[in-house]
Amino acid sequence: MTAVRTDFSLALFILVPLVLGLGSWWLGRRQALVSRWLALAANLFNLALAGLLWLEASGLTGWGLVAAGPAAGVSGGAAAVPHWMAELHVPWIPGLGISFSLALDGLSLTLLTLTALLGAMAVLSSWTGITDRVPFFHMNLSLVLAGINGVFLATDLFLFVFFWELMLVPMYFLIDIWGHENRHKAAVKFFLFTQVGGLLMLVAIIALAALHAMASGTWTFAFADLAGTMVSPVVGMLLMLGFFAAFAVKLPAFPFHTWLPDAHTEAPTAGSVILAGLLLKTGGYGLIRFAVPLFPAASRAFAPVAMTLAVAGILYGGLMAFSQKDMKRVVAYTSVSHLGFVLLGVYAFTPPALSGAVLQMVSHGISTGALFMLVGTLQDRIHTRELDRMGGLWAKVPRMGAAALILSMALVGLPGLVNFVSEFLVLVGTWAVSPVATVAAAIGLVVATVYALRLFQTAFHGAPRESWTLTDLNAREAGTLFLAIALLVLFGLYPGPILHMVEQSVSGVLAAVAAGGAA
Amino acid sequence: MSAADFMGSFPLVVLAVGALLVLASAAFTRSLLLSFVVTLVALGVAIASSVALTARAPFTVTSFLSFDSFVLFGFALILGATFFAAIGSWAALRTRGAEGGDFFFLFLLSALGACILAASAVFASFFLGLELMSVSLYGLIGWRRESRRGTEAAIKYLLIAGASSAFLLFGMALFYADTGTMNLGRLAEAAQGPLAPVGLGMMLVGIGFKLAVVPFHLWTPDVYDGAPAPVTGFIATVSKGAMVVVLVRAFAPALVGTGGVNGLVGDGTGAASSAFPWVFAVIAGLSMFAGNILALRERNVKRILAFSSIAHLGYILVAFLAGGVEALRAVSFYLVAYFITTLGAFGAITELSGPQKDADDLSQYEGLAARRPWLAAGFTAMLLSLAGLPLTAGFVGKVIILRAGAGAQLWTLAVILAVNGTVSIFYYLKIVSAMFRGFAVHAEAGTTPPVAAGSPVAVSARVPVLAGAALIALTILVIALGVFPSPLIALIGSLSTGGL
Repeated sequence: MTAVRTDFSLALFILVPLVLGLGSWWLGRRQALVSRWLALAANLFNLALAGLLWLEASGLTGWGLVAAGPAAGVSGGAAAVPHWMAELHVPWIPGLGISFSLALDGLSLTLLTLTALLGAMAVLSSWTGITDRVPFFHMNLSLVLAGINGVFLATDLFLFVFFWELMLVPMYFLIDIWGHENRHKAAVKFFLFTQVGGLLMLVAIIALAALHAMASGTWTFAFADLAGTMVSPVVGMLLMLGFFAAFAVKLPAFPFHTWLPDAHTEAPTAGSVILAGLLLKTGGYGLIRFAVPLFPAASRAFAPVAMTLAVAGILYGGLMAFSQKDMKRVVAYTSVSHLGFVLLGVYAFTPPALSGAVLQMVSHGISTGALFMLVGTLQDRIHTRELDRMGGLWAKVPRMGAAALILSMALVGLPGLVNFVSEFLVLVGTWAVSPVATVAAAIGLVVATVYALRLFQTAFHGAPRESWTLTDLNAREAGTLFLAIALLVLFGLYPGPILHMVEQSVSGVLAAVAAGGAA
Repeated sequence: MSAADFMGSFPLVVLAVGALLVLASAAFTRSLLLSFVVTLVALGVAIASSVALTARAPFTVTSFLSFDSFVLFGFALILGATFFAAIGSWAALRTRGAEGGDFFFLFLLSALGACILAASAVFASFFLGLELMSVSLYGLIGWRRESRRGTEAAIKYLLIAGASSAFLLFGMALFYADTGTMNLGRLAEAAQGPLAPVGLGMMLVGIGFKLAVVPFHLWTPDVYDGAPAPVTGFIATVSKGAMVVVLVRAFAPALVGTGGVNGLVGDGTGAASSAFPWVFAVIAGLSMFAGNILALRERNVKRILAFSSIAHLGYILVAFLAGGVEALRAVSFYLVAYFITTLGAFGAITELSGPQKDADDLSQYEGLAARRPWLAAGFTAMLLSLAGLPLTAGFVGKVIILRAGAGAQLWTLAVILAVNGTVSIFYYLKIVSAMFRGFAVHAEAGTTPPVAAGSPVAVSARVPVLAGAALIALTILVIALGVFPSPLIALIGSLSTGGL
């Protein structure tokens, strides 16, 4: 083991949204604006903190907050355990072998940054849209974000489940209270799907801990300890499937996706941004961080199945996106398609594919988050999401049209945007493993062109079908969307920093797979 | 009875004296407040003396009662639950303008019965405690004599409890005929003759009835529904908890060292001993499924909680089946979590209920978050804990049960538990979203929701200070145990039961 760095700044990622979220509920009772600002402040704080850690990790500053960068990577301990930049261990329930353990590596930091960014966007996107029980809304929003940050940081598996489940109830409220027409059904569906997966994972985690306890005599839920547990192939496969169930539902992988279109469509704009941009990423993160490194042999054996599901998801999601009439449902199904690339990239077990999968999580988070914001601003104005009633909107709202055009191109994966880089990396990395899957996934890109163009053309081109008088994007909306688009372009042209940041996490996971596969 | 025996059974003596004082005071004054105060004092002294007695444990009082730290822990739980239920009852009785005396007499007597049951060492004290508890409950369930549902519930409970007692007695007789022992601790031992397994099976009917597990659960929804809310809370916690304590003491030692169900089946000694874990495993599985599935279609909140309690006893049986020390700890922790949340839930229902009828229909909970935000928040915490979501005691409890189950390799039951945990969330959320949903509609309209005509829900009912404080305390406990369970886990870790 390398020297452990205790770093309380990690806890801030969780505590700040938690405290300010509760504060925005309490202090915002009389003045709703207070709760908006507090929720925004929490996200800006996290963004600043993540930025600071990013600078530290890149070795640009030398304040000693985190271990200097991926370059310092000396693989020590179990192969499955990454070389953490910073760690925090506080005893929590020693009687059960549970501790409050957080740790940061490049993968976590990337996703934490994304969370803070999209969290701020979500607050901004609901600035005028949410008028009903504003303090309670922002409390739920902040609690979801705290849970997501916890998921990205936890290295104690009990703590991981704790945060995993913590995301659920506030998200349920966000959909159930502030959602659209069929919100109640969608909220329950979301909750049940996620919960079934979560509980199967809980059983698998406890089973793993029990097996470890039988072998070693001590109960522990620490990732580093459990990673070395020897299990028979059959048991390993069963436990891996328990983890996979939770992450595949969340991701969502093809047959487990049916909650997603409903939840994304019925959620309020901020809820859709969080769901698509962040909650889905917890599934991908869980696969990369836990499911694969804990059960490398089982994961290798399972890879063909997972890749088949991934390709099925890419194609099926694309076809469904093409045939939807509801604008939000179109975007929702594109998520199914795009997250298929993440699944494909993870289970190809090659460096470019896995890096591409991580980058795809970032690019999809930003582009789909922005797309949901755009659809939200449109719905605020015309009070419908029916594509058939739109048409010719470009003439009325050119700024919105421009943003929609660029974001549609992000759906297509146009070169110059980060979505292209990530999907390309996944395809390159998969080719060496399975040309068939690569070809099939590449067909998904063609399908993407069709649905993205249809989405854009139906809404913004052609003759207007309704005589709406619309106002274009205001400064807040335009600024937020511009920021998202700027990031898509920036990382599209220069993805280096992100790829460099996650490089060590990626190689660590692959080393674990190689070691486990050989054993 | 020696002085030591007297000291050892001091909590029981206090309860009996308290009950008699309540009854005697009725000859002079019908003050509700007086009988309530006497009840609380008796319970307080009994709890304090139970805690003090842990220093002496284990010890026996004659051959009828045996005490160890687990039993005394059970005493504290039972009496604590009685304490909270008494506060709720007092609030409910005051709303009705009832007079004092008989209600709290029955209440204390029932608690006394539960304690005797928990500490019983032989069939005689077992039966005595059980009947003392049940007979007092008949009166408490049918307390609202003008309510047809209340009377129906009381009669139903009387008939079914009577029948199950008959089974229990006959089972005891058969067991004695075969083994020549009336000692509860020998229940799990291998029996030689053909009669003992039959007797054991018949005794299980009586035990299963009190636990309200499948297939002996049929009385639960009607009784939960018909009885006044605080009494329902009392039945759900005290009468079941006492039986769980006995069950653990009688059977858990037999499971130690054999690795739970699998181990027992493997060793193949004696038909009775190898069959009974399977019986419990089947009962546990069926209870989890039946309770949760039946609850799904209900719209009556008290009936939902009735069905859910069937499932929760199924969870406890999973922990029990793990065997040994782990079972003791898991059962203890889950009992604490279950007690607190159940009392809190029924306490919240009591707060909402009118003098004639309880607030039981789901529609009466719509918009509660707007009308009584604190009450809604407390009730939500209880429901989320029952559903086993994080930050609550229920989550930690569920994890500890799964941990015990995994340790004993009860994989099937663990998966069933996980699946059922999901199913249960569906109906708990139904109540939670009802409370917040109406809120949405009416907050938009800028008005408080109209209360349906004839609704028993008092819109601006003032929460009695004591009952409000009790609810707040329970809510804090639920969350505190969910976030910092370590002290309780440490306390439970020190418990032991030597068997009987």
